[in-house]
Amino acid sequence: MIEVKNLVKRYGDHTAVDNLSFTVEKGQIYGFLGPNGAGKTTTMNIMTGYIASTEGEVLINGHNILEEPEEAKKCIGYLPELPPLYMDMTVMEYLTFAAELKGIPKEKREQMMNEAIQITKIKDVKHRLIKNISKGYKQRVGLSQAILGFPEIIILDEPTVGLDPKQIIEIRDLIKDLAKKHTVILSSHILSEVSAVCDYVMIIAHGKLVASDTPENLSKLMLSANSLELTIRGSKEKIKSTLKKIPGIKVAEIHNSTEKDAFDVLIKTGQDVDIREELFYTFAKVQYPIIQMKLSNMSLEDVFLELTGEAAPQERKKQNILFRIRKSAGKKETEVIPDVILEYEASEEVIEKSDEKAAESVGKEKGEDE
Amino acid sequence: MIAIYKKELRTYLTSMIGYVFIAFILVIIGIFFTAYNLQYGYPLFAYTLSSVTIIFLITVPLLTMRIIAEETKQKTDQLLYTAPVSVGKIILGKYLALLTVFLIPIFIICLYPLILAQFGTVAFAGSYTAILGFFLLGSADIAIGMFISSITESQIIAAVLTVGVLYICTYMMSGISSLVPATAIASLLVFTGIILIIGFIIYYLLHNAVIAALIAAICETALIIVYFVKSSVLEGAVQNLMGVFDIHTHFNNFLNDILDLNGLVYFISVIVFFLYMAIQTIQKRRWS
Repeated sequence: MIEVKNLVKRYGDHTAVDNLSFTVEKGQIYGFLGPNGAGKTTTMNIMTGYIASTEGEVLINGHNILEEPEEAKKCIGYLPELPPLYMDMTVMEYLTFAAELKGIPKEKREQMMNEAIQITKIKDVKHRLIKNISKGYKQRVGLSQAILGFPEIIILDEPTVGLDPKQIIEIRDLIKDLAKKHTVILSSHILSEVSAVCDYVMIIAHGKLVASDTPENLSKLMLSANSLELTIRGSKEKIKSTLKKIPGIKVAEIHNSTEKDAFDVLIKTGQDVDIREELFYTFAKVQYPIIQMKLSNMSLEDVFLELTGEAAPQERKKQNILFRIRKSAGKKETEVIPDVILEYEASEEVIEKSDEKAAESVGKEKGEDE
Repeated sequence: MIAIYKKELRTYLTSMIGYVFIAFILVIIGIFFTAYNLQYGYPLFAYTLSSVTIIFLITVPLLTMRIIAEETKQKTDQLLYTAPVSVGKIILGKYLALLTVFLIPIFIICLYPLILAQFGTVAFAGSYTAILGFFLLGSADIAIGMFISSITESQIIAAVLTVGVLYICTYMMSGISSLVPATAIASLLVFTGIILIIGFIIYYLLHNAVIAALIAAICETALIIVYFVKSSVLEGAVQNLMGVFDIHTHFNNFLNDILDLNGLVYFISVIVFFLYMAIQTIQKRRWS
């Protein structure tokens, strides 16, 4: 349906989009996710033919957007970041103009406009001047322009910006409805939105595609690990030595707990490794009660922060551990047992580091890792 | 194209700009018509028209400043350039809308010779030839204004630039060309300067110093050869070149009862050239 091949866009020395390639299949909702300035809008502008790419090509239903622009653009409805509205027109005048511009035949025009108005719920304002309606309505007028004529592909650049929570939910439902008949591509920097709406997520950072999968798989993908959160009552030393006996643990962190005489333990294991029973029996043997045990998958948010961070890919692991330490900085004492130590020096004494020195220790491990 | 045409026409005829444009032209022509033709009883309508060309300096920028600059500024161009319509059709639709607005006062002006005929004999052919010239001059000015509107997103800059360019092309060009001596050596120097400027433009566009230098060197060599072999060719060449930009001279023939085919072709070429340049400006912006 849409093929994007080796797309590059440079503005002088700045590379906004860097060798981006992906394909979009029919009838699904795709989400572009990335921080501000990641190249989402630039990519969408290139896909819709508003700007040209420096290198690479975009094929819409087999039509190159630059060589056969009119054929390709017929298949696309586009809502840019800022809805392209003429302030001195009424909503009806604007939609009529958009319908004429898109070349919708006169006999179908009225019916299609009514459908678009109905779907986006702008009937109440249809005879008002666009400059006098609220931002939420402006966004919806922009959206109804994009879906006018029901093109096969609908591209929405941050469709829920500036809307109130109720409107956001309405727009999300609307997008889901549209996906029954159309292919929808939307961009957002809001994670909950993408995970709630999209069938497929493409995470873009610094103009590069860093990950693309379903939201569920992306959450699983995170360091290919599941994590367990435990609260164990007992002494810290003993907990540590007991943990070392259990195979399958990749990373374990011990924090002070809010519970009295207990410690919070965060354990990461490989994918498809379930050590919950093992944990239970082992700690039962040493008579250390597990007060709480919770399985937690990485949220999409963690994946996002992980993948779009400033760090280069090989430094990701380090970033991640630093991030974790920062999170627990409020507590007095944190202990990190990184996987490398558990793996290579399992028999030796675990290095103890206070919070302030933890960063150093991570750097050191890094050296050992290499 | 028709959608754009209708939209622009409606914008002009539902806002102040269109009416101010029409009213201003009619008021000024009306005053001169009353003074020259009705009060002094001068039978040539062309005389009135030749006195009022200065109104284009004010009215054309007023009309054209927003035509493309505003779309760029408000980002509504995203709707146009992502619609299944080519840039050429968008520009043409907009230009035709501007021409339609301009045609309204032209049609009203066409009644003036008829009014004048009530008081005596009027040379209708000459009068309408003059009106045709007036229309062509205005159309060319509008094309220039539209091109300038496409190179900036600020309406004010577009308006000021349009006034400047129209002033030079209409009133200054003959004065400037008389400043330059009509000798071969003067032409040589002026053309050398132009070749250097072209060389810099090529370098700016292609970022390739070798090609730019090569093209400039070839042109300069050819120029020097012409200068030494047949220097008479270069005599007055600068004046001829400047004459190309002198819109007003071509208009004068129409005023003297001449249906000037050269002038007709000239004005149409100016229109086509500036519309083409407007299209190219928009295309280029998409690539940079």
